[in-house]
Amino acid sequence: MRLYIKYDGIVACRVILQEQLERLNIKHKLLELGEIEISNTVSDADFAELQASLNKYAIYIVNNEKSQLIQRIKDTIVEMIYENDKLPAITISQYLSDKLNLSYGYITNVFTENTYSSIENFIIIQKIERAKKLILEDQLTLTEVSYKLNYSSVAYLSSQFKKVTGLTPSAFKRIVDKRRNLAN
Amino acid sequence: MISHKDSMHILIADDDEDDRTFFSEAMMELKMNNKLTLFNDGKDLMDYLSNPDIIMPHILFLDLNMPYMSGFECLKVIRADVRFKDVSIAIYSTSSSEKDIEETFVEGANIYIKKPNDFAKLKKVIKDVLNINWQFHSSGLNKETFFFSI
Repeated sequence: MRLYIKYDGIVACRVILQEQLERLNIKHKLLELGEIEISNTVSDADFAELQASLNKYAIYIVNNEKSQLIQRIKDTIVEMIYENDKLPAITISQYLSDKLNLSYGYITNVFTENTYSSIENFIIIQKIERAKKLILEDQLTLTEVSYKLNYSSVAYLSSQFKKVTGLTPSAFKRIVDKRRNLAN
Repeated sequence: MISHKDSMHILIADDDEDDRTFFSEAMMELKMNNKLTLFNDGKDLMDYLSNPDIIMPHILFLDLNMPYMSGFECLKVIRADVRFKDVSIAIYSTSSSEKDIEETFVEGANIYIKKPNDFAKLKKVIKDVLNINWQFHSSGLNKETFFFSI
């Protein structure tokens, strides 16, 4: 038997955080975009234990301000691409500076200086990542996928898909299907 | 998580000495602070990987046509071993046939590179490949659907 699973990574992550924090009796409030406010003092031992238990889920406590900001930028972009049924019509630069309350110039500078990628490139990769998921779920046509992700046309989605993966959307789907058959 | 400052650990298996030199010189010129280890053929690489104490590479480049053990055979053996589940595999080949590309992807390769003849192009290709690979490692993207053909 083979089950196909649909999941929401952001919800799953919040549940894991909640469970682990409660297990160690840490009073907390989960804020948006990967921030947690802790109201009681946490012993070093508990902190280490929390870190270790979260690392198992590939969740890491970030403690440098710049990497924190980069993480928030990434989370905001991912949230924008995944949480909305259709991408918002406002420009991504506007969206980011509104959400993070910082100038877009500052945001792009920090991002480019500290990652191997520009924000624009990161956004393209994330959009194609979402497109891959939607293509594999097989419930929407490519035209519907391109509409959902705010591409002006299917042709534009296909060409960006090809640029990021080197494959056409249909070759991509064929390869994943073959891989799954092979694993059976 | 790999941060910008950390080095990436890279392996390449290619039986052509010129291609190996070409590749390592391109890597050196990129100045990305990476550690590169070279292997003369697939068997050489597999012997190294069978040692349980090695530092896991982030990415390995496999030439397809090699004596003793081809890149395709290495790919199958490596993908059958859970120890290497987080390692990206890049096929580095003179062939650009659709069939080779698709077959290696189906068998678990993540990246397919048609060997460029030109040094500047090679540098750009390696840079693009390491960039996209780094994105997949650092941004929690789904490695099962990570394909990049260039």
